[in-house]
Amino acid sequence: MSSGNRAPQELLKVAMPKGRIYKQASRLFREAGLLIQDDLEDTRKLIIEVPDAGMEFIMAKPVDVPTYVEYGVADIGVVGKDVLMEENKDVYELLDLGIAPCRMSVIGLPDWKPVMNPRVATKYPNVASQYFRERGQQVEVIKLNGSIELAPLIGLADRIVDMVETGQTLRDNGLVEMEPMFGVTSRLIANRVSYRMKNERIQSLCDRLQVTLSARV
Amino acid sequence: MSKPKVFEKPVGVKDYLPLAVTKLRQIERSVLDCMEGWGYEQIITPTLEYYDTVGVASSTSDQRLFKLLNNRGTTLVLRSDMTAPIARVVASLLRGHEFPLRLSYHASVFRAFENEAGRDAEFFQTGVELVGDSSAEADAEVIALAIASLQSAGVKRFRIAVGHVGFLNGLLEELLPGRESDQSKLKDYLLNRDHVGYRDELKRLGLAEAVQRELEGLLRLRGGREVCEQAIELSSNETARQSIAHLRQVWDALEAYGVSAHVLIDLTMIGDFSYYTGMTFEGYASDLGFPVVAGGRYDNLLQQFGRPAPATGFAIKTTRVLELVGEESEPQRRILIGYDSAGRRRALAEARRLRESGATVVTAQLEAPGFHHGDAPATSGERLPATVGGERLDRKAHRLSDGESVRYGGQVYGVFLSFFEGNEKGAGL
Repeated sequence: MSSGNRAPQELLKVAMPKGRIYKQASRLFREAGLLIQDDLEDTRKLIIEVPDAGMEFIMAKPVDVPTYVEYGVADIGVVGKDVLMEENKDVYELLDLGIAPCRMSVIGLPDWKPVMNPRVATKYPNVASQYFRERGQQVEVIKLNGSIELAPLIGLADRIVDMVETGQTLRDNGLVEMEPMFGVTSRLIANRVSYRMKNERIQSLCDRLQVTLSARV
Repeated sequence: MSKPKVFEKPVGVKDYLPLAVTKLRQIERSVLDCMEGWGYEQIITPTLEYYDTVGVASSTSDQRLFKLLNNRGTTLVLRSDMTAPIARVVASLLRGHEFPLRLSYHASVFRAFENEAGRDAEFFQTGVELVGDSSAEADAEVIALAIASLQSAGVKRFRIAVGHVGFLNGLLEELLPGRESDQSKLKDYLLNRDHVGYRDELKRLGLAEAVQRELEGLLRLRGGREVCEQAIELSSNETARQSIAHLRQVWDALEAYGVSAHVLIDLTMIGDFSYYTGMTFEGYASDLGFPVVAGGRYDNLLQQFGRPAPATGFAIKTTRVLELVGEESEPQRRILIGYDSAGRRRALAEARRLRESGATVVTAQLEAPGFHHGDAPATSGERLPATVGGERLDRKAHRLSDGESVRYGGQVYGVFLSFFEGNEKGAGL
């Protein structure tokens, strides 16, 4: 499955999310037969050539991955559905990689009761506004950048919208998951132009990943 | 928002400096020449249109139109594309004109507030409309012309993806008869380029396995003419089959044009359904993250202006082509003529003569500030043009030797002529 002896060609630029998702994504890519060294993340370099896989990794902050891909500075990228929903960029969403599974949920204190002027704190203001609007509820959305769980505890908001993986943080802080909104996994996305100009390579990568994914299940 | 600073301009609009303008004009001229060579005649329409006519008919969504009120309180729009204004003209001023009509344009269009991803609020479009011909030949002609236009603009590596809205409509109607909301959900996923959502929706619909596989297979229907053969197997629906037959004819015509190597058929490529009615296409250039061309068939637009007619066309985003072919251009041959008050009459006469022969000539009274001799990087060792010859002139002309140049007003000149007649001292630079 190696692509090492192929004629030299332009590297496929891949925006990879640093951190948690990177480990799982690179493992999946390796399972699909791509030759990716496993110590890549230890380097501090932001652009890493992976010539044996015909790729160049752009190590990005996860929320920036769709932006790099939309502008075409990366051909494809790996990013969570949560970020895709929030950023709403014009990119192809090609494949559900099934990695880093969790869910977006509405969370609150166990004794939550409807309030007159509901306030919802979240890292995902677009997702939250849209969710409540679709349900005919007008809420004030407060954007926070971290430790969202604090908001209901100290009275900044009566509910929060956030990602839930194991639910441990919620339990530790005495919060409960009130409504799961949607499931989140990481996706393979592609730039509109790259998807056409480098169609064969992107399609073959998709196919290999898909085979690997169905073997995993 | 705080008061704008003096250097600021509204989000999404751009200034073009001389170098960029030179290049932009070159692109514009070569593309318009190319279109003219195919018999398309250029048309100019106003920047302002009524919201209720052109605004409503255009494919731009309401919140992306720039709207303003005139002094009578009527809502106007800044044109968001040229297709709707041209439809208006075709149905009114050109009503008596027989079809087919071949029209071209180069104009700036306006789309409100998209402050991200290289989307400008004002940008240049160069395009054509072929009105009154519903044939596959007409569709092939505009695609072939789009290819020729890109080439003439200097775009080297590009690809055109061609689809057809009818195929998907027909296929979905056949496989999900009467389930309109499910159909439109699936189409929305494709329109948003969300293949994951499309597949998930298919699973949710609980279709027969064969049907599900067929609809999933749609995502892979890309390639050359063979795609048509595969697609025609998929559906017995009349609309779908006609669409494929049409695409096949388009492909064959493109082959005859000798351009099918640039073309890729992609049946998931569907434009805005409320607007496009048949073939749609998009052009992509490598090294540019966004499409440079978009077009297709819009047979329902003209009837909104009271003259029902089929039509097809495309627009090149000229501003993006500019990014692609860069802004560097040949240094111009510029001539500087310096004079004093006594030499002015002869200097200006000479300038006129040179300008008539096509030269770029700047004249200046030498006492003017900003003039330095040879303190700029040399542009060329250009000699005086032969046409300038003549004994009398030669004596007065300051010939620059190789590598010498003069600088005036921040510009570098390789040719300098002087007309000093009042005071011989003035000639000593």
